[in-house]
Amino acid sequence: MNLNIVNLFNAVPGSVAQGLIWAVMAIGVYLTFRILDVADLTVDGTLGLGGAVCVMCVMNGMNIWAAMALAFVAGLAAGLVTGLFHTFMGIPVILSGILTQLSLYSINLKILGKANQAVNVDKFDLLVSLRYVKRLPVWRNTILIAAVIVAALIAVLYWFFGTELGCSIRATGSNQNMARAQGINTAFTTVLGLMLSNGLVAFSGAMLSQYQGFADISMGRGAIVIGLAAVIIGEALLGRFGTNFAFKLFTVAVGSVAYYLVYQFCIWLRIDTDLLKMLSALVVAVFLAVPYWKGKYFTKPAVAKGGKRDA
Amino acid sequence: MLEVKNVYKTFNAGTINEKLALAGVDLKLEDGDFCTVIGGNGAGKSTMLNAVAGVWPVDMGRILIDGQDITRLPEHKRAGLIGRVFQDPMMGTAATMGIDENLALAARRGAKRTLRTGTTRKEREEYRALLADLGLGLEDRMTSKVGLLSGGQRQAVTLLMATLKKPRVLLLDEHTAALDPKTAAKVLELSDTIVRENGLTTLMITHNMKDAIKYGNRLIMMHEGRIIYDVRGEEKKALHVSDLLARFEQSGAGANDRMFLS
Repeated sequence: MNLNIVNLFNAVPGSVAQGLIWAVMAIGVYLTFRILDVADLTVDGTLGLGGAVCVMCVMNGMNIWAAMALAFVAGLAAGLVTGLFHTFMGIPVILSGILTQLSLYSINLKILGKANQAVNVDKFDLLVSLRYVKRLPVWRNTILIAAVIVAALIAVLYWFFGTELGCSIRATGSNQNMARAQGINTAFTTVLGLMLSNGLVAFSGAMLSQYQGFADISMGRGAIVIGLAAVIIGEALLGRFGTNFAFKLFTVAVGSVAYYLVYQFCIWLRIDTDLLKMLSALVVAVFLAVPYWKGKYFTKPAVAKGGKRDA
Repeated sequence: MLEVKNVYKTFNAGTINEKLALAGVDLKLEDGDFCTVIGGNGAGKSTMLNAVAGVWPVDMGRILIDGQDITRLPEHKRAGLIGRVFQDPMMGTAATMGIDENLALAARRGAKRTLRTGTTRKEREEYRALLADLGLGLEDRMTSKVGLLSGGQRQAVTLLMATLKKPRVLLLDEHTAALDPKTAAKVLELSDTIVRENGLTTLMITHNMKDAIKYGNRLIMMHEGRIIYDVRGEEKKALHVSDLLARFEQSGAGANDRMFLS
């Protein structure tokens, strides 16, 4: 086998850029998975929705920022649908997400008009692109732009989850009984959390479609797994260094970049890329199992039984 | 003032597990009444409290607080009028949030949640003083996650949360049952102090008949979804555990094991 180390280093900037774009998506997943404590499968469809909306708007001459904003709004709407399936119609949240995701397959096809649509970076003024990763003025560099977006996002979310409204969403995820007893409308906060999460995922999809130069119907397939992988890898790498909320979001971004670096490394090793989704799924499965196994097989019996009294 | 008028509730209606939990409960608490609730397992004590709190809609009857009909109000909308402490210490607090954040959530009960700061510096100072009054050393651990506290500490914090914004009705659902005896006694004393200092209209379920007699100015006994005994004032003070046991026997309930232990 002929492995060229230079190729590996050349691929690093692209992986970092991709990792940062996916970080926006992973932070969206973090909001539902860790804060709201639900697994929202809508995101597989929402990522494609964001990409489709952005590409079609740009092709029709819309300003790139406006197109991305519209993608974000489309994501909010997708989250609203899942939220209403769950809270208003009483469907379990996982199934609600799957229903919306399936609907989005049709919707995305209708938006795109066909299975994929290319958007040429030479013809349109795009914000990020794999062509903008190297040899460009710094302020046009995709890595920098994506990093600034992620940093701004973390700052805004840090502020929001410290407000009364943000705290009520956190309380809902932590303990629904308590939240209701304290006068929080948990149906409303759940829907709001799902909307926010899907808005971010669609925004990430909008960035991703620009980056790769096209949007296609299957671009969101398995997105939830990548998002979860980023959350889990980030926690495993940096979780012990802090519990501050902004830091936790930062670890998700780091996890996402780490995921794409490892991904690139696997490609460099010439591992069959068809297998990568399966490998991602297995990695996530094992990491999700670790806390369970720890509790089940590695719990030490309490040494000082009854020695400590509650105060 | 709390009024419960002829309230009925059946669980799992039409199934083999059908259970008539409340069979026409009538109760009127005057302002400042501290009423203890006793009764065997399945007598409908917790169900009555949950009906007042609005955990689910009742089948029949009306519930009023200060004359306002709240029968149809959803749980979160009537929460502004009601403070609650549950039997399970895990249930009344958000484990992944700080002590200060939990108190701040409770301070906004019944108010609109906006984009203003969730926990202001000024209220933190107030909470520090209130926590210091508990005498558990929690005032120095304000930002600790509530999940790190012991059951007794969590119940004390929940009690503080339930009474932070003076509720029109305070519901204590066997809130000391899951604690060890020493801690239970402490939390109970604390509850009594807070209720008396604020003159709160209170319903407190307990399995301990001595406590039921010792605390409050009124006592009700429930059996099969009804209130079968209602006593107050001097008459209540003169009660003995043996009187209550006799009442149980009369009702055909038979005092269960847990009651003999009291």
